[in-house]
Amino acid sequence: MSLSSTIGRLRGRSASPDDVAPSPYTVRAAFRDGDAATRLSAVVLGLGNLARGQVVKGLAFLAVEIGFVVFIVRTGVANIAMIPSLGWRTQTKHMNEQGYWLYDQGDNSVIVLLYGVATLFIIAAFVWFWTVAVRSAYKAQKLKERDGAAPTLVDDLRAFTDLKAHDLLLGLPVAGVLGFTILPTLFMMSMAFTSYDSDHVQLFDWVGLENFTSIFGLSGEVNAGLFGQVLAWTLVWAFFATFLNFFFGTFLAMAINRKTIRGKGFWRALFSLSMAVPQFVSLLVMRTMLQQEGIVNRVLSALGWIDQPLPFFTDPTWARVTVIVINLWVGIPFTIMQVTGILQNIPAEQYEAARIDGANWWQTFVRITMPYMLFVLTPYLITTFTANVNNFNVIYLLSGGDPTPVGASAGSTDLLVTWLYKLTVDRGDYNIGAVIGIFTFVVLAVVSLITYRSSGSYKNEGGFR
Amino acid sequence: MSKATAAVRAANGGGFLHDQRKRRIAGDAAIYAILTILGVIWVLPVVWVVFESFNKNTTPYQDTFFPTEYTVDNYVQLFTQTDVLDFPRMFMNTLIIAVFVCVISVFFVLSVAFCMSRLRFRMRKAFMNIALVLGMFPSIMSVIAVYFILKALGLTEGSVVIFALILVYAAGSGAGFYVMKGYMDTIPMSLDEAAYLDGCTRLQVFTKIIIPICKPMIVYQALTSFLTPWLDFVMARSIARTQDNYTVALGLYTMLQQQYINDWYARFAAGAVCVSIPIAILFIIMQRFYQESMSGSVKG
Repeated sequence: MSLSSTIGRLRGRSASPDDVAPSPYTVRAAFRDGDAATRLSAVVLGLGNLARGQVVKGLAFLAVEIGFVVFIVRTGVANIAMIPSLGWRTQTKHMNEQGYWLYDQGDNSVIVLLYGVATLFIIAAFVWFWTVAVRSAYKAQKLKERDGAAPTLVDDLRAFTDLKAHDLLLGLPVAGVLGFTILPTLFMMSMAFTSYDSDHVQLFDWVGLENFTSIFGLSGEVNAGLFGQVLAWTLVWAFFATFLNFFFGTFLAMAINRKTIRGKGFWRALFSLSMAVPQFVSLLVMRTMLQQEGIVNRVLSALGWIDQPLPFFTDPTWARVTVIVINLWVGIPFTIMQVTGILQNIPAEQYEAARIDGANWWQTFVRITMPYMLFVLTPYLITTFTANVNNFNVIYLLSGGDPTPVGASAGSTDLLVTWLYKLTVDRGDYNIGAVIGIFTFVVLAVVSLITYRSSGSYKNEGGFR
Repeated sequence: MSKATAAVRAANGGGFLHDQRKRRIAGDAAIYAILTILGVIWVLPVVWVVFESFNKNTTPYQDTFFPTEYTVDNYVQLFTQTDVLDFPRMFMNTLIIAVFVCVISVFFVLSVAFCMSRLRFRMRKAFMNIALVLGMFPSIMSVIAVYFILKALGLTEGSVVIFALILVYAAGSGAGFYVMKGYMDTIPMSLDEAAYLDGCTRLQVFTKIIIPICKPMIVYQALTSFLTPWLDFVMARSIARTQDNYTVALGLYTMLQQQYINDWYARFAAGAVCVSIPIAILFIIMQRFYQESMSGSVKG
C-alpha cells in the first residue's frame, strides 16, 4: 500500500467520518456490464469466480447454493407451504393388530410457525448471499480486466485482516444476534397475528389484526382501560427508577468525592457491598421482610409504632412507592460506581479555567460537570430507561405485580413485560402477550430514538476525543 | 477580572474565609450524617443474609430481626444433603457456563466495538441503529421463543442444556457493544493513523493497539459476562427444566417455593452467601478496573 494512498484514505476519513464511497461493484452493474460468465453467476453461483481462476472461492459459493437448493427441496417448500394454514391435522389414534392404541401426532402450529419463519429467514439470508456472490463475480471480472489476474485466495484472505476486517470480526457476532435475538423476536411477533391462546394450544390460525383490536376493546380480560393503566404505570416507574437513581447516585458520588470527606474508599465499599449479593437474592429477601407478617412489620409493631401491619404490597400506592424505593436500593450503588469514574475523568484544566474566570460552585456544576456527564451518560441513561421499562426482575420477584384486583389479569405494579410474562407463561395466551410485546417496543423506540438522536454523543462521536 | 474586584476580594478576605470555613464544617457534618444513615440502610439487608445463614431455626417469618441461636449446619447440609436439591452440582453447572460465556462475550463485544468505533464501512450506522432497536424489544418476549428454537434444535434434553445455556447467554452478546465502543471512542484516532502509516493492517491495530489500551474495560466486560449466568434466572428457568442442569439462581429460587421454604430458608441464605463471596471478590477487582476505565483511555 503506497504512502500517499494511505494518507489520502486517512484524510478522507477524518474529513467526514461516515462518507464511505458506494461500491462500484453492484448487482445492477454486474448485469449491465458483466460478461457471460458473470451473468451466468446469477444462476450458478461462483461460475464467474471459477472462470477467473478463483477456484476455492467459486466452489464455496457453489457449495452454499447446492446446500440451499437441497434444503429448499427437502424441507423448505413444505415449511413455506404450511405457513398460510399453520397446520390442520388434529391428533388421531387408531388400534393396530395387537390391540394397542397408536397415536398419530398431527400438526403443531407452533412448530409449523417456527419452521416457516426460520425458512423465510434462511431464504432472506440466501438472497443476501446471492448478491455477495454476483458482486464478487463481477468484481473478479473487472479486476482481471484491469490487472490481468483476479485476486488469489491468499489476497482475499489477506484482505480480511485489513480492508475487510469488519467482515471477519462482525461475522460470528452478527450470526449470533441473528439466530438468538432477531429470529426469536420475529417468531414471537408473528404470534401476535394468530389465535395462539389457551384455547388453541395445538392448532391455531392467522387472525390478522383481531388481537390488536381486542386490546383496545372496552371489555374482556385484556382491555383498553387495563392496558392504559399498565402503560401509564410502566412509564411512571421507568421515569422515577431512572432519574431518581441518577440524581441520588450523583448526589452521593459527589458527596463522597467532596475534598474534605475522609475515608472515600470506605464509603464507596460500603455502598458497593450490596452489589455483591445477587439481585434476585436481595429482592427475594426484601419481599419476605416486607410481607404482612414479615420482619419489618413485626419489629415496628413490637416497638409500638404501628397498630396494624403496613400494607407494603397490598395497597396499590404503597406497593408502587415500595418498588421504586427498593429499586433505588438496588440501583444507586451502580450509579455511584459509574458517576465516580466520570467525575474523576473531567479534565482538570476546565475546572482550573472556570476558577480563574471566577465561576462559583453552581456555575461550575451547571456549565462543566453536568454537560460532561450528560455527554458521557446520555446513552447510559437511555439504556437504563429502556432496561427499566423492561425491568422484569425487580417487579416480578418483589411484588409479582401485586396487589391484583380479583379477576384482573394485571396488578397495580405490573409492568408491560411482567404482564406479558403472566399472560404467556401463566395463562398461555401467547397472541395477546405478543401484542403487548410489540406495544412495549413501540413505546421504547419512540422515546429512545428521539432522545438518542438529539444527544451530543450521537451527533458528535468525537466530541471529547 | 479587573484590579478593582480583586482588591475588594482581598479586603473582604478575612470575614469571608471565616464564613466559608464554618459552612464547610457544617456541610461536612451533614454529609457524614447522611452517609452514615444511608450506609446502615444499605448494609443492613446484606448483614442480615449473613446472620440468617447461620440461623439454627430454619423457618422464615421469625419474631426477632436477627437469629437467636447460631450454627454452621446450614452450610454443611447445603453441600452434603444433595438428594433433594443438589447445590454443589448447580454451582459447578453455573461455573462452567460462566467461564464459556465470559470468553465468548468478550471476544464478540471487542470485535463489534472495534468495528463500530475505529473502522468506517458501509452500513455501519445502520448496524448501530439496529443494535439500538434490538435492545428495545422486551427480552422476556424472546425468552419463550428461544425455548422453542432450542427444542427444534434438540438442545433441551439432558446434559446439552448446559451447552444451550452457554449459547443463549453468549450468542446475542455482540449487540451489547455500546459501552465498549464509547470507551474506544475516547482513544485518539492519531494512534491508529500512526500505526497505519507504519504499515499495520486493521487486524494488527485491533490486536496490538486497541486491545491493550482497552484492558480495564475488558476486565469490566469479562466480569459482567461472567456474572450473567449467576444472576439470571428468567432465561435459565425457561430453558433448564430438570434439576440436573439447574443453575444456582434457579436453585436458590426453588428453595423459596412453597414446598421448600420452611426447611430451606436458612440454607437459602447460606447458598446466597456462597454465591456472594466470589461475586464480591470479582466486584472489588472490577470496581478498580471500572473506575480506571471510566476515567478515560489515554491519559493526557
